Amino acid sequence: MGLIEEVIKGNPRAAARIMRLIEDDVPEAREALKKLYPYTGKAYIIGITGPPGAGKSSLVDRLVEEFRKQGKKVGVVAVDPTSPFSGGAILGDRIRMQRHSTDPEVFIKSLATRGHLGGLSKATDDIIQVMDAMGKDVIIVETVGVGQDEVDIVKTADTTMVVTVPGLGDDIQAIKAGILEIADLFVVNKGDKPEADKTVRELEMMLDMSAPREDGWKPPILKVSATKGEGIKDTMEALEKHRKFLETSGRFESYRKDRVAHAFENLLRDKLFHMVMSKLKENGTYDKLLEDMFSKRKDPYSVIEKLRCQCVLDTENN
Amino acid sequence: MEGTERKVKILVTKPGLDGHDRGAKVVARALRDAGFEVIYTGLHQSLDQIVHAAMEEDVDAIGISILSGAHMYVFPTLINMLKEQGLDDVVVFGGGIIPTDDIPELEKAGVKKVFLPGTPLEEIIDWVKENVKPRAVSF
Ligand SMILES: Nc1nc2c(ncn2[C@@H]2O[C@H](COP(=O)(O)OP(=O)(O)OP(=O)(O)O)[C@@H](O)[C@H]2O)c(=O)[nH]1
Ligand SMILES: [Mg+2]
Repeated sequence: MGLIEEVIKGNPRAAARIMRLIEDDVPEAREALKKLYPYTGKAYIIGITGPPGAGKSSLVDRLVEEFRKQGKKVGVVAVDPTSPFSGGAILGDRIRMQRHSTDPEVFIKSLATRGHLGGLSKATDDIIQVMDAMGKDVIIVETVGVGQDEVDIVKTADTTMVVTVPGLGDDIQAIKAGILEIADLFVVNKGDKPEADKTVRELEMMLDMSAPREDGWKPPILKVSATKGEGIKDTMEALEKHRKFLETSGRFESYRKDRVAHAFENLLRDKLFHMVMSKLKENGTYDKLLEDMFSKRKDPYSVIEKLRCQCVLDTENN
Repeated sequence: MEGTERKVKILVTKPGLDGHDRGAKVVARALRDAGFEVIYTGLHQSLDQIVHAAMEEDVDAIGISILSGAHMYVFPTLINMLKEQGLDDVVVFGGGIIPTDDIPELEKAGVKKVFLPGTPLEEIIDWVKENVKPRAVSF
């Protein structure tokens, strides 16, 4: 179909359409993803996470600028939270990404979490696939600014940047709680503020005290001012260094294999659930089971143990 | 894969060099609280930027706040630019300081609705609920 070819040629309008279908999880989206799949796996994916208002979007804007100077095509996925009360969302990351808002080689997509936990939205990985198939060389993913559990990004990105800012007090503690392990790069943004050096020193101390990473990578700490454009060159160099490290250590490839497995497992979980459920729901078995468990005639643990399924992979056409 | 309903996406934006975006922000928040996904671009948007954002975000509608008096230029030009991009089915509505006398001409140019200053938020929300739906899936 025309739309798929257009995406592969890099047509942003075609890509936008497909991304929307993916977000809304309509059946056509999966058809599109099937066809785009052979064209994916090439882009370098950078994740950016950190507390609300740390300057993630402002930093993305600067990084995009640098990548554009290198002639790279860039995709940006920016995730903001969905309101648990209304199901609506305000996606405001574009406000800080104005520099590229009409550049045809920069594609910016805002996503709402839509109830998904972990800092990304369910559609994120598939949207990245579309950008990848479009021919984007670099894809930057900004997570929601929660500050604690945006761990999804590690599975999604090749390089994960954690952005923090001076003067958050307990924030350093929050970083310790789990984000420390996920950062390939630390950025202390708002480096134009006087307390920034102190934050850098605190981070250095924390890193010195923590156990060395098993992959041998030592995460650098960069002092940046996104608004003033300071420290951006150093950040770009650090990114490049990490990318080289991934390539020479074989991780660039192994991460891609992990991602294939991860995506497949997610699909498998969905598929198995629906297969088993629809089987159980035949002849009212499911309702009867629920009734039995509710009245304590049966317990759910034994019911699950008794479950047998035949699993057949139909490879006829391959 | 099944059971998810499509969400309506709306771009809320403010073209031109004038003033503040208080009104636009209030509307953006009200739309969020009514369950819509709002892409908010902030102030000083050129028409190019607005069309580009509408295209990338594949929105169903664009809500524009204008205080500058440039509405007779902004709305028709924007609507033409959207057409050129094949985005004719995006609903355009607006508010701000627009004289009642100008409204018929704007509507003729393709503006779906113009809200006068002081329109209650509920009225805007109800209108959006009624008139903006997820755009058709086209392949
Ligand atoms: N002083 C100073 N302010 C900055 C810097 N970077 C960003 N800001 C300001 O911090 C505020 C938040 O910036 P954003 O880039 O929107 O931060 P964010 O982390 O993307 O925010 P969320 O997406 O809402 O979590 C804005 O008012 C920026 O102007 C910086 O380097 N120095
Ligand atoms: Mg942001």
